[in-house]
Amino acid sequence: MATVDIRKVRKAFGSVEVLHGVSVGIEDGEFVVLVGPSGCGKSTLLRMLAGLENITGGEIDIGGRVVNTVPPKDRDIAMVFQNYALYPHMTVFDNMAFSMKLAKAPREIMEREVLKAATILGLEQLLHRFPRQLSGGQRQRVAMGRAIVRNPQVFLFDEPLSNLDAKLRVQMRSEIKELHQRLKVTTVYVTHDQIEAMTMADKIVVMNNGNIEQAGAPLELYDRPANLFVAGFIGSPAMNILPGAIGEGGFVTEGGAVMPMPSTARNGAGYYGIRPEHMRLAGEDGIPATIQIVEPTGSETQVMLRIGNTPLTCAFRERITAGPGETIRVKPDLDLVHLFAGGSGQRLAS
Amino acid sequence: MTDASLSTWVHRRAEPSWLGRLFDSKPFLVVICLFPAVGLLMTFLTYPLALGIYLAFTDTTIGRAGVWVGFENFTYLLQDPIFWNAVFFSVFYTGIATIGKFGLGLWLALLLNNHLPFKSFLRAIILLPWIVPTVLTAIAFWWIYDPQFSIISHLLIKTGLRETNVDFINTAWPARWSLIAANIWRGIPFVAISLLAGLQTISPSLYEAAMLDGATAWQRFRYITFPMLLPILAIVMTFSIIFTFTDFQLVYAITRGGPVNSTHLLATLAFQRGIPGGQLGEGSAIAVSMIPFLVFATLFSYFALARRKWQQGETND
Ligand SMILES: Nc1ncnc2c1ncn2[C@@H]1O[C@H](COP(=O)(O)OP(=O)(O)OP(=O)(O)O)[C@@H](O)[C@H]1O
Ligand SMILES: [Mg+2]
Repeated sequence: MATVDIRKVRKAFGSVEVLHGVSVGIEDGEFVVLVGPSGCGKSTLLRMLAGLENITGGEIDIGGRVVNTVPPKDRDIAMVFQNYALYPHMTVFDNMAFSMKLAKAPREIMEREVLKAATILGLEQLLHRFPRQLSGGQRQRVAMGRAIVRNPQVFLFDEPLSNLDAKLRVQMRSEIKELHQRLKVTTVYVTHDQIEAMTMADKIVVMNNGNIEQAGAPLELYDRPANLFVAGFIGSPAMNILPGAIGEGGFVTEGGAVMPMPSTARNGAGYYGIRPEHMRLAGEDGIPATIQIVEPTGSETQVMLRIGNTPLTCAFRERITAGPGETIRVKPDLDLVHLFAGGSGQRLAS
Repeated sequence: MTDASLSTWVHRRAEPSWLGRLFDSKPFLVVICLFPAVGLLMTFLTYPLALGIYLAFTDTTIGRAGVWVGFENFTYLLQDPIFWNAVFFSVFYTGIATIGKFGLGLWLALLLNNHLPFKSFLRAIILLPWIVPTVLTAIAFWWIYDPQFSIISHLLIKTGLRETNVDFINTAWPARWSLIAANIWRGIPFVAISLLAGLQTISPSLYEAAMLDGATAWQRFRYITFPMLLPILAIVMTFSIIFTFTDFQLVYAITRGGPVNSTHLLATLAFQRGIPGGQLGEGSAIAVSMIPFLVFATLFSYFALARRKWQQGETND
């Protein structure tokens, strides 16, 4: 187990710079999730941690040792690849024991360690199979088993669940989380699925275009997104972000709707943000809105509305009986409104 | 109104024509698809093969239809030292040349699989020895090995490393090694390019995983590259052994089996006895005697190396 410190790390492929000075501090035993849209440099950063890509600038420090020039095999890191990278010509047992075999460990130790990891993951029955003879979820578990057997300082996961179906993904998600709580090994986990990030992370690092937009605890990112990008990225369904300006009677959107402002409102707001789940049904004091689409999901009802020309998504606990074309009245929960600066899109402290 | 028109509209399949029905019938398709292949094979492969085997049991000579003589040709050959010499040299030639081709070919393939400057250019160059017709290769080597005009001898003398011309093909053992060298040179491209194709099917993430597992470069080769290459290696080796064992052109063009029959392969000896010598029956018997060797080589590489358990999908654990 170890701390990981990434200091002003840059990466260029040829003349193209894909990471522009990224800094993240990771504490011992922490579960950190890197999220961001495709191509933002998550895998690249992870591979630099593993030593599979060299570091163009800055420093990576694992357990108090700068590892910039340390080859992958000496970094004491285990990685679970997106395609699992299981050795197809070895059985599950041999896959998991491979690192010990290379280190010339005695057979009894090999068997004991592999069996221990296999028991944790429920793979005891499959040890003599070849990877071809396993389902996707089982392969994923073998890949994790191979990492666990190593007993490394740091676990790296690169989108390990993206090849699984939705149900299995939810199951594996909690298994990985449980595993982490049990082993308490520092973990860096890459995903582009923000639900995975929210549910698993101690700390989320949101990346975009080779920069870090915000790093913090999941609920901190949800409650106080630092800028428009994080606001739009974290949360599902996504936050409504309405461009406009402060005007008569509140915030006037470009579509002409007037949204009520929190009393602590600041000048210079160019964007009004409200999460769908923070819109409420209202009585006569509410804003009249026309229903476009109603999508009941059982636990809640998502409604796409139009206030004048401004589209707005809402998610209500209540059942909505009104249909498309009808008018309902809604209002935002004023404590949960986010305001962002016009030009930079940075959060305005309230 | 739309509802009504929808409910009355029935999707009707077009009746297939007799031709369409004919092409849907499986027996017809089997016959029509197999006919060209089977026909060609019968005419150009099975018939000559059967004729060859038949001739091996007769005393046919050129210009005289022979009579059935049973195993007489074979018993005669068993006592013929030249035949045994050809058997020995065929096996030796195949063995050494295969080792050489695969050693160098694998090395070349590994090199080309790395990031090299001018990679595609190098790959094209590598193929050259293979696309040149064998007879041209043979003639080139004939000159290279020439007792008087050999370029190698010339260079060695010019640089002062030797005083006299090198004897390449005038005595038995140098001639054998020279032929093997020529065969290796010609065979490397096929091996290298085939193995390179095999190397490229190995996912780079396996090497990355092995690197993180602590494998050194040698261990990555030993535990990842080699076992994963084995199936392709087996197939390429089967072909290579067959081609080398039945080689004719190189030897015939460079030494014609000489000096004193020391470099005869079974194929050149069969030709020598059958066509210039006129003993068609005996030549055929020599050719037929290659069959057991080839069957053995094929079965060996096919069963010993080709199919691995991990390649099969069954749950046979
Ligand atoms: N070997 C390479 N050579 C050149 N450019 C590369 C290379 N690898 C990655 N890149 C570029 O670096 C950027 C970041 O890639 P990276 O794989 O880290 O993205 P990612 O965040 O993991 O995306 P995804 O979610 O799709 O996996 C991309 O723009 C990509 O095109
Ligand atoms: Mg990626």
